[in-house]
Amino acid sequence: MSDLLNLDLSGAQKALNKKEISSLELTNAYLDAIEKTSSLGAYIDLQKDYALQMAKKSDKKISQGVAGPLEGIPIGVKDMFCTKDIKTTASSKILENFYPTYESTVTQNLWNDGAVMLGKLSCDEFAMGSSNETAAKGNVINPWSKAIPMSPGGSSGGSAAAVAARSALAATGTDTGGSIRQPAAFCGITGLKPTYGRCSRWGIVAFSSSLDQAGPLTRTVSDAAIMLNSMAGYDNKDSTSANLEMPDLTSYLDKSIKGKKIGIPKEYTQDGISEDIVNFYETSIQFLKDSGAEIIPVSLPHTKYALPVYYIIAPAEASSNLARYDGVRYGTRKEAESLDDMYELTRGEGFGDEVQRRIMIGTYVLSSGYYDAYYLKAQKVRRLIKEDFDNTFENVDFLLTPSTPSTAFELGQKQDPLTMYLNDIFTVPASLAGLPGISIPVGLDKAGLPVGIQLIANSFDEPNLISVAHTLEKSANFNVIAQGAAK
Amino acid sequence: MSNIKSIVDIPTVNKIARLARLEIPEKNKQNLTNDLNNILEFVAQLNEVDTSSVEPLASVTGHKLPLRNDEVTDGNIEELVLKNAPESSSGFFVVPKVIE
Repeated sequence: MSDLLNLDLSGAQKALNKKEISSLELTNAYLDAIEKTSSLGAYIDLQKDYALQMAKKSDKKISQGVAGPLEGIPIGVKDMFCTKDIKTTASSKILENFYPTYESTVTQNLWNDGAVMLGKLSCDEFAMGSSNETAAKGNVINPWSKAIPMSPGGSSGGSAAAVAARSALAATGTDTGGSIRQPAAFCGITGLKPTYGRCSRWGIVAFSSSLDQAGPLTRTVSDAAIMLNSMAGYDNKDSTSANLEMPDLTSYLDKSIKGKKIGIPKEYTQDGISEDIVNFYETSIQFLKDSGAEIIPVSLPHTKYALPVYYIIAPAEASSNLARYDGVRYGTRKEAESLDDMYELTRGEGFGDEVQRRIMIGTYVLSSGYYDAYYLKAQKVRRLIKEDFDNTFENVDFLLTPSTPSTAFELGQKQDPLTMYLNDIFTVPASLAGLPGISIPVGLDKAGLPVGIQLIANSFDEPNLISVAHTLEKSANFNVIAQGAAK
Repeated sequence: MSNIKSIVDIPTVNKIARLARLEIPEKNKQNLTNDLNNILEFVAQLNEVDTSSVEPLASVTGHKLPLRNDEVTDGNIEELVLKNAPESSSGFFVVPKVIE
């Protein structure tokens, strides 16, 4: 069994195609691993029968020689993706009985390529959170926890925990301000947020439409390349989907980065970052230098304004997107005499505290008299942040930064919303500019918790991002398995 | 541009909650008021930035919104549309009475 779990996605892909293993064996190994690691709470809906059925179909396709690129690979799906006839809750009470009648484009792409669905993974409610603690069914536990339960990060906390715990070979995530990269960093795995527009948003529960982007959480960079190959693509059902061909990302894995220019932004090394992270950051700079890259100090002067801009724009868009939960067309309803009372009771009881807080902030900054001062102002500063990146990418190919200011924190430790928001300080700027970013695990801090380093590339430069990320991954050679992982 | 220093109080919370159609229990209102003030105070640092000659950025895609022909692409899926409704009858969504 452990032999099967030891295979990463690319390894499993090869073994399946050579018929050394079957998808049924592999899927059973993962279903077993899910059971063994169930105390982590990563899965909120297990699809055992469906997974076995899909695995058998995949085995048949492999034997017929018509296997897709992901044929027979068991994966988990963040509960933000609508899955046809399979409950999709966005970890919210208001959607506790929602069964979509359609499939999201990204998950459909994965099934078309042969992937097997193990089940739905927990996340922060409507992807609003950085610790997975806002999930209606409770938090997920980081598989790296020792005596004290630690947060897996968020919002894709279930996805990151499942990949780290080896209860999914890979998982889908969504990233609005860091929701793929931060949990990947906390759980010692790879998390890739593509360029805004690379993956279709159709069928993904909307949080902040100008920022939301789907991406993979995987064990390795190679696995991320394979997953994104399948997830990405133009979709005319999403008006912001980019009509651009993406080359096969796996062909970029072993491309040399000799002569590539790596920018080191001075704004990302400030007081308050853990010393261990600073040390690993410096080592990572050295690794890339040793691989032939040129290291260039750069400045993105508006970086400090990224969080305030984000915490105006994201709640504003959320308050508008979440207006659809009215107790009429779908979701739960709280009965009342009048229509307005029904709306208010339904939404008051259906949404958790953090979601309500963001709806309130969003409604406030969009309300008459405050729109210019907050929302328009934030959109203007967003342009300055994007221009910082545009200017910098005229001189460098990539930016290297820490993924997070700290490693995983204890569950229940950050009670104040603002303290929690500060966790996204290094991931939010690239989100506001729509740029692709990847978090790579590079080592463990003194407490034995994973440290993630982020690489950011220019828009639609995922291919070269894969080259540099793979180079850093090889140099760092991080190969420790979480103690809470399935054996 | 006006100065974005403002203080939210409980009557403001009531007003915003009404606009957002959220029923907020009395006992939560003080905490929510404090949270909102902290967040608004934090975002107020944007006042330091001179944006007098900056255009707002609503989308990073840089491409024009695509148009499609005005043709029906689906339909006749009444059952699917109503499938998740908390209450439906004779092909309609049912809501509390809105006309006296």
